[in-house]
Amino acid sequence: MLELNQISKYYNPGTINETCLFNHFNLTIQDGEFVSVVGSNGSGKTSMLNIICGSIPIEQGQIILDEKNITNLKEYKRQQIIGRVYQNPSMGTCPNMTILENMSIADNKGKPFNLMPGTNKKRIDFYKENLKKLNLGLEDKLEVKVGSLSGGQRQAMALLMSTLTPIRFLILDEHTAALDPKTAEIIMELTDKIVSEKKLTTIMVTHNLRYAVEYGNRLIMMHQGEAIVDKARSEKANIKVEDILDRFNQISIECGN
Amino acid sequence: MLNILNSILVEGLIYAIMVLGVYITYKILDFPDLSVDGTFPLGAAITAILIINDVNPYLTLLVSFLIGAFAGMITGIIHVKLKVRDLLAGIIMMTALYTVNLRIAGKANVAFFSKDTIFTKNFLTSFFAEGSEKVIRLVLIIIIILLLKLMLDAYLRTRSGYLLRAVGDNKTLVTTLGKDMGFVKIVGLSLANGLAALAGSVYAQKQGFFDITMGTGMVVIGLASVIIGINVFQSFHFVKATTAVIIGSILYKGCVALAIGIGLGANDLKLVTAVLFLVILVFTQEKRRKVNKNA
Repeated sequence: MLELNQISKYYNPGTINETCLFNHFNLTIQDGEFVSVVGSNGSGKTSMLNIICGSIPIEQGQIILDEKNITNLKEYKRQQIIGRVYQNPSMGTCPNMTILENMSIADNKGKPFNLMPGTNKKRIDFYKENLKKLNLGLEDKLEVKVGSLSGGQRQAMALLMSTLTPIRFLILDEHTAALDPKTAEIIMELTDKIVSEKKLTTIMVTHNLRYAVEYGNRLIMMHQGEAIVDKARSEKANIKVEDILDRFNQISIECGN
Repeated sequence: MLNILNSILVEGLIYAIMVLGVYITYKILDFPDLSVDGTFPLGAAITAILIINDVNPYLTLLVSFLIGAFAGMITGIIHVKLKVRDLLAGIIMMTALYTVNLRIAGKANVAFFSKDTIFTKNFLTSFFAEGSEKVIRLVLIIIIILLLKLMLDAYLRTRSGYLLRAVGDNKTLVTTLGKDMGFVKIVGLSLANGLAALAGSVYAQKQGFFDITMGTGMVVIGLASVIIGINVFQSFHFVKATTAVIIGSILYKGCVALAIGIGLGANDLKLVTAVLFLVILVFTQEKRRKVNKNA
């Protein structure tokens, strides 16, 4: 269980441009939940992910994971139990390293990076097996540099790499936003497959309302640093894209645009 | 002619030790490390003092490497922990090392011509006829650089080596893997400056003296060699980058020797070094632009 307790986050604190994003924000995520988060730009979706991962500091509040306070834990230490896929496909892989080398470093997550061989030859079949599930033919291109793959192929690899080792959380930060509709669809299906196979607790930020409605078992809509819609399980199952869209329009009218 | 070729190879290969280090910082870590200008003479100063005090010449190589690595570690700590920009961290270290080197050596110039070095007495002497010191010197340096290259290649294939490459390639991924990117940078800088100091040690033993100015322009030589090597061999995928930069170092030394050969004096050396570097930079950029246009 992940708890965000009374989180306050200001941008440019102490200056004339000070803006308050979160004011005593609370959120609890249960194990096994697949949360889709929607909301307009600047509503605090990505900031929330960054706060969970420790990429940005907070002014007030606590982040509690399994009853342990991780508020002051450094970003790279939190990432040891978190998998994260970014919007930009090139952020999840090393372009100048081969597919095999990329799989190997992902597989070494959580293990000491010492003077042992970087690629464990006994694991190659395991990597091939996993790559095969992507249906992109990457299993026959182990010696190809990832930089020469397309954005969709790289994002598929990034997704695979971030879930290769046991993780506590999967964070998806608009991970289909930079892809063409067809590739986005493939990546989304793949995400759903991996999440349900490994029973991962997942938080997915997306601008695609259909994905938010179709996938996952909880839906949150963010607005000005607050969760204005939060539906789980059966309530979530009954939600339609139109409902969300209506709510979206409402917010926009409130804001005057 | 043979003599000139021999001295180009010898100097090029000694600098190549440092070039391997610059390859780590500049090409792998994407960190323009200026501390090399200080760690090269640091290795030379330590070597001069140790050899004068009759320490085993081979041991001086190891000691130089370790102290150079320590200096590189400090550059890394200044950059990572104190959050000073990469170029400035190098400048600070380079400037500080000038004094450190003077303190270690005691004065700006220390000679040890009459002492034993790795080149005067070694296991190779028995294989060659008398009077072939220059050949022996070259063979010994080739052995040293080959060993170092193979060790570096092997290191880059370890888990730690993979992570080092990942830091230069995609910093975000390293954090996502739950690893401290700063620590990896410090390791890389230590390794690079250890190699620079080792090069300084070998160079001093070849010359038979330490001079405080011998480090000036090392960064330029290192960067130029790396860029030549990588660019010349970029279309040959079977040539490893470590091999490419070693050959780059020899090519660069050859170019400088050629410039001196056509009538420029020894005093013009640094100017030649700088202009040549500029030419290489402009030339390689030009090539890249053309490639981009065609693509």
